[in-house]
Amino acid sequence: MEPSPHTATSNPPVAATAANANLTERDLVRRSASTVPPPARQLEPVAKLIDVSKCIGCKACQSACVEWNDTNPALETNTGIYENPHDLTPDMFTLMRFSEWENPQTGNLEWLIRKDGCMHCEDPGCLKACPAPGAIVQYSNGIVDFIHENCIGCGYCIKGCPFNIPRISKVDHTAYKCTLCSDRVAVGQGPACAKACPTHAITFGTKDDMKKLADSRIEDLKSRGFEKAGLYDPPGVGGTHVMYVLHHNDQPEIYSGLPKDPKVSPVVNAWKGMAKYVGFAAMGLAAAAGVLHSVLAGPNRVTREDEEKAEDLVKEKA
Amino acid sequence: MATTSIEKEDTIRLGKPVVVGRYNLGARINHWITAGSLILLALSGLAFFHPSLFFLTGLFGGGQEARAFHPWIGVLLFFSFAGLFIRFWRANLPEKSDKEWLAHANDLIAGNEEKLPEAGRYNPIQKFNFWCMSLLIIALIVTGLVIWDQYFYDWTTIPQKRVAVLLHSLAAVALICIWIVHVYAVIWARGTLRAMTRGSVTGGWAWRHHRRWLKELVEHHKFKKPATPAE
Repeated sequence: MEPSPHTATSNPPVAATAANANLTERDLVRRSASTVPPPARQLEPVAKLIDVSKCIGCKACQSACVEWNDTNPALETNTGIYENPHDLTPDMFTLMRFSEWENPQTGNLEWLIRKDGCMHCEDPGCLKACPAPGAIVQYSNGIVDFIHENCIGCGYCIKGCPFNIPRISKVDHTAYKCTLCSDRVAVGQGPACAKACPTHAITFGTKDDMKKLADSRIEDLKSRGFEKAGLYDPPGVGGTHVMYVLHHNDQPEIYSGLPKDPKVSPVVNAWKGMAKYVGFAAMGLAAAAGVLHSVLAGPNRVTREDEEKAEDLVKEKA
Repeated sequence: MATTSIEKEDTIRLGKPVVVGRYNLGARINHWITAGSLILLALSGLAFFHPSLFFLTGLFGGGQEARAFHPWIGVLLFFSFAGLFIRFWRANLPEKSDKEWLAHANDLIAGNEEKLPEAGRYNPIQKFNFWCMSLLIIALIVTGLVIWDQYFYDWTTIPQKRVAVLLHSLAAVALICIWIVHVYAVIWARGTLRAMTRGSVTGGWAWRHHRRWLKELVEHHKFKKPATPAE
């Protein structure tokens, strides 16, 4: 297994890895609406770990994301909530979501802040739903990326995603979401949000390293009375390459609706699986029945006799 | 005898052979707009249905264009079909005699059409296709609006959109099957296509396939003098 380009806090030299051409076509393990040959090399899986317990809600990650990706989220009005903008948008790939939760055990009011964005599922529903060849790809290090020149703007990825992440731009009619800074990772840089985080609530590295880091954090949280602290790496989507350390891992929903057991919807699976086979079978059978009938029964021709009968009938009355 | 199966445009023109007007110019234009939009919708829709057919988007100028045009063509089809529906729904109402006709449907498929009870302007299979088309087109426009994200994204939730996109694809498959039956029937029963091109059929065609309709026309003296002897 080749080491994947990654970093948490350091800035390794860029030139050496750039020449290696990381995260190009040859590192694809999945490509929407198409098949790819198994890649010759397997990059080490990467992950972003978001430790919710360390987050102070400063939104530096959002600013870094806007700056790196050069998006310009529209200025919105203050409606009395902390979220800004109001939701993920085609120009805002990550969003701090704030919720106030009263802990029934302690009676404490807890301010839960979760950095929302693409989870980079191992089994990505968006990619499964996408009808456009090569519009969504997955690299062998786990990053799921949207390739805009192949995107047709149909919104099927929105239906496939169990986390409500992709957004369609009204400007260029293509889908946008967090790229896990694939362009930075390809050259050995960590994601912009991770670099900007002042409390190291966001860290980036190999998935193994991030799991180890999470373990130590969970141990620490448990020692502080958060008995249900744990790692959010949902198996329903094959695990994710963005993981959370949650102090209440038994109830992820309290973190602004983080799904407890996310999986690609059975409706989407039926649409992308059974419906195709049934559909082609039905259309094929209808066409085959026509061909068969025309061979066996031959055409149904109007006879001379029919014409004469009609003429007689009409003559009588006319 | 029921008169509901006669349309205003239906007329008998005397001559050899007898010619029976079946669809006036308006009905034919209406039909071919519907047919054209249905074919364009099937081509663009199938492109999104399965990757092996994605190349069909090339007919529309690319994936983005096919995605953008498809729903608008759907709106055109909806209104165009609504025109056909208003024209023909009356003649497609089920009748008592349809039951007996259907009991003999095997004879039709086996090529023994003379054993069937006389059919009106439409036979029960045509009626079935008509009502299936109508219901499927309603299903398609409703589910289509739900997944028309460009304008109606905020109207529904994501779980609703998932159900809508599944139903949309299944309804489209069913409609394509009905369309195949419709097209095959026209090819099989020779002399049918001219009803939608020239607007008329021969008396023999009417006698063979829609005898009750022909008899009703005669009964009601729906005659028209031949315009030219050549016709």
